[in-house]
Amino acid sequence: MAFTTLGDAGGVETEVRRRLAAGGIDVRGTVFRALLLLGLLLTLLIIVVLLLDVITDGSTVLTERLGDFLSGTLRSRSSDAKLGVHQGLRGSIWIGIFVTFLAFPIGIAAAIYLEEYATDTRLTRFIQLNIRNLAGVPSVVYGLLGLAIFVKLLGGTSSTGGLTGGRSLVSAGITLAVLVLPVVIITSAEAIRAVPDSLREGGYGVGATKWEVIRSHVLPYAAPGILTGTLLSLSRAIGEAAPLILVGAVTGRLGGDPGILDLGGLRDRFTAMPIVITDWVKKANGGSDDGGAGLDFASHAAAAIVVLMVLVLVLNSAAIVMRNRFEKKRG
Amino acid sequence: MDAEELAMDEVVDDGIEADISTTEAAENAQLAEQIVLRAADVDVYYGDHWAVRHCNMEVRRNEITAIIGPSGCGKSTMLRCYNRMNDLIASARVAGSIEYHGVDLYDRRVDPVEVRRRIGMVFQKPNPFPKTIWENVAFGPRVAGIAKSKSDLDDIVESSLKKAALWEEVKDRLKTSAMGMSGGQQQRLCIARAVAVDPDVLLMDEPCSSLDPIATTRIEELMQEIKAEYTIVIVTHNMQQAARVSDRTAFFTAAVDEEAGVRFGELIEFDRTEKIFSNPSDERTENYVTGRFG
Repeated sequence: MAFTTLGDAGGVETEVRRRLAAGGIDVRGTVFRALLLLGLLLTLLIIVVLLLDVITDGSTVLTERLGDFLSGTLRSRSSDAKLGVHQGLRGSIWIGIFVTFLAFPIGIAAAIYLEEYATDTRLTRFIQLNIRNLAGVPSVVYGLLGLAIFVKLLGGTSSTGGLTGGRSLVSAGITLAVLVLPVVIITSAEAIRAVPDSLREGGYGVGATKWEVIRSHVLPYAAPGILTGTLLSLSRAIGEAAPLILVGAVTGRLGGDPGILDLGGLRDRFTAMPIVITDWVKKANGGSDDGGAGLDFASHAAAAIVVLMVLVLVLNSAAIVMRNRFEKKRG
Repeated sequence: MDAEELAMDEVVDDGIEADISTTEAAENAQLAEQIVLRAADVDVYYGDHWAVRHCNMEVRRNEITAIIGPSGCGKSTMLRCYNRMNDLIASARVAGSIEYHGVDLYDRRVDPVEVRRRIGMVFQKPNPFPKTIWENVAFGPRVAGIAKSKSDLDDIVESSLKKAALWEEVKDRLKTSAMGMSGGQQQRLCIARAVAVDPDVLLMDEPCSSLDPIATTRIEELMQEIKAEYTIVIVTHNMQQAARVSDRTAFFTAAVDEEAGVRFGELIEFDRTEKIFSNPSDERTENYVTGRFG
């Protein structure tokens, strides 16, 4: 602006043009950007390679005998026509149900209390710190906890079966619910903390009670964040293998094969998708394949991984769809 | 500002009919009855910090009382004492007494939720709920139990939006999100939301500070229109605004406590607005209103 008032328009224009063009290439900026892109591409590459590898390995099973594979049960020989993941699928789905109905309500309730009701005392901060630490505890440790409390203590004797039935789907479900509880609390608390105070003030300002403000304004606003966190933890629970081994998931052969949502047998022995996968991979590497029918345990393991991933993907997509709906409502 | 909002000036507001009997009663009554809010020797603390000291001021019925002063002088803090909004800040503590029609608001038996239903608030930054326009206005009456049925709520929503001079602009999009409105419209929606619970007093905390001049004018006109029905206390850092709209003005300033080395807010002068701006008793007030300080 100032230049144009100088009068000598031609000279000024040349000067301005020269100065404005003098930037050249921003080397550091370009290198930085390239590094960031490299990080992203590397991550994508790893995922794509893994996916392709698993899908190619499992493609024969998935195309030739998908129906049998989904309805079949654990077998000791890979050539067995009834070999399949039905029992594992049932176990994983029930673990998801337990997590949804135990960890989510308890975790969200705890988060609301911590953020909206608890006063900021030393005790509160101590509890919050401990919840964060619990989220970092290795999952095997939760397996030990499940073994000690839900399997042994609440499992009664082998004849009565106690509350949980010992090494059962109930024990496994509760153990994994406890495992993801800290993550559910932390993510929900963070979502609630992100609700602007002006929104709460608006509610209180027209004479709403604390409960009305939380129910009508805080929770709807925090819902997308809570949902994202909780469903990610659900995916994590479904993918866990280590705690299930300790709680007594079955490998090898498992008698009984109730329907997926059949309530009977919840207190019986169980297996789950990650266990089935590790078992089959172990069998493939241990040379216990007979391979006679051309389909070994390795390809079945790959097919089982695809099934598990589809399950997790469906859950995540559901989370994204629900989150978008909530966000649209939030405006 | 868009033409739509300018056109609003022509809209006749039928929601405002001065309650003649109330006005007459107020005129005939004793001074004591005119006083809606009386702060006596109020001190406000934030933790150890003594933020507002020895404040005495009365707010009269159907008047607009303005609180002016430089930043950090405790204007907003004082305003938020009137409807116990400071209760929401864990470290805040109020000493002294604030009486509302003779009842101490900080009495143990007083429910802050009931206080806020009678003493409504409009905030500095427009803070509509991220819901529809209708839900924004209907929320208060619904939780207060004033109206239960949908048609009752519809009536309240309409009359409140009319009082806030917003009805004509939004009557065809009551079911759309309030977040899509302009800043000035959002602030008028917040006023509609506040008057929907039929409060006695409206507290306004710098309601025009984030608005452009046209929207500000709209809000100021609105205050004059609804003054007949409500008692208004407005905090503003805009002296011209205080001079334009208010009947009485309180001037606060930020003083320094030499001993503790901290700043605190103090009420310097409280009087009729003409007197504050034309012939203030205190030199500090004069310096401030003439622009020599602050």
